[in-house]
Amino acid sequence: MNWQVISHSLPIFAQAFKLTLWLSLVGILGSLIVGALSSLIQYFKVPILSQLFTAYVELARNTPLLIQLFFLYYAFPVIGLKMSATTCGIIGLIFLGGAYMAEGFTGGFSGVNQTQIDNGKALGMNNLQLARYVVFPQGFALSMPALAANVIFLIKETSIFSVIAIPELTNTALDLIGMYYRSNEYLFVLVVAYAIVLIPVILLLNLLERRVRYGTFGD
Amino acid sequence: MEHSVINVLFVGNNFARIMQGLWTSVWISVDSLAAGLVLGTLLGILRTLPSKPLRFILRLYLEFFRIVPTIVLLYLVYYILPRSFNISWPASWMAILAFALWVAAEFSDIVRGAIESVPVTQKESGLALGLSKTQLFRYVLLPQAVQLELPATINLATRVIKTTSLLMMISIMDVIAIGQQIIEANNQKYPTAVFWIYGLIFILYFIIDYPLSLWSKKLAAKENR
Repeated sequence: MNWQVISHSLPIFAQAFKLTLWLSLVGILGSLIVGALSSLIQYFKVPILSQLFTAYVELARNTPLLIQLFFLYYAFPVIGLKMSATTCGIIGLIFLGGAYMAEGFTGGFSGVNQTQIDNGKALGMNNLQLARYVVFPQGFALSMPALAANVIFLIKETSIFSVIAIPELTNTALDLIGMYYRSNEYLFVLVVAYAIVLIPVILLLNLLERRVRYGTFGD
Repeated sequence: MEHSVINVLFVGNNFARIMQGLWTSVWISVDSLAAGLVLGTLLGILRTLPSKPLRFILRLYLEFFRIVPTIVLLYLVYYILPRSFNISWPASWMAILAFALWVAAEFSDIVRGAIESVPVTQKESGLALGLSKTQLFRYVLLPQAVQLELPATINLATRVIKTTSLLMMISIMDVIAIGQQIIEANNQKYPTAVFWIYGLIFILYFIIDYPLSLWSKKLAAKENR
């Protein structure tokens, strides 16, 4: 292990670190939106749309991100849709993450007590109001553990972006190894970088999970 | 367009080669899972023992695999084994090693959780019958734990299968690598080959993983009832 090699590579890794963070953030926010929407549509069994979203969730969850990215990046230009690698990465991550988040939300929504929904209906709420005031707030708290696991999963999945040459952490490490043949040093920095991203996120999510649970149900 | 798909797929032995690549992905998944489940069961049992240092070390092991993406694990094994330990294995063995260690970490957590959720009365009844510690695990805790952990285990299997898509990164001739070769060889004659070949591989993965996730969901629903 040569420390000079490591310190020389740090500015390059810092750039990659920022990109990984930014891609993760956009991917996670997008996934949460797509997931919540798709799960609510499935929950209220909106005709046609709910079947479509169910098909989407199953397709996205049961195929690897790598082949989804290859399809977006290499196959879509053939039918006239050319996008930059970064755009493909973000779309791919949201496609995958949205399905995982949808499953997470669905698990939470199905845990909302039926009497809560019956009471809402008795009060004359329509589906939109039920979603907004009853199902979503309680279901969200119940789905927190699954959503938190997905957040960690999605951050790690950004490493797959390296296959379409997005200069995030993994891609940067592989590039450096290819150029200077210093695998131990660069892999060491890579693992430490992921630890720096993920450890605080894991701790924060644990805290948030307890807070949301306490805030909603008081236990 | 339709003709070009059929041509590309059946020119020479392209379809057979894709299936061969798929087979590589499947056997690597099966081997990694088998090795990982055995090691994971051992680690999971060890994690239910009262020894604090042992628990701490095994927890660290688990957390390491939680933090490091699988693609990075693959490269760690791929670069470090030959360069630092002078071990030159075929790439497929290295992939199996990396995946098995990862599966073992995840599975140890599933096993620990399942053993701990077997009702205490079961354990006490076993001890009251005069079972030894080993007998208790063998006849009481493990059989019940297996049932509890089955949906999560099937889920893990679907993840391992999806993760085999990374094999091409360490130059293993898996289904995607072979697909790439076919695309490159036919690019001039059939420019749409890329669409159909990657589409086919996408569907192949779905055909393998979807029944497994359905099965796991069904089992989980049955348990919750």
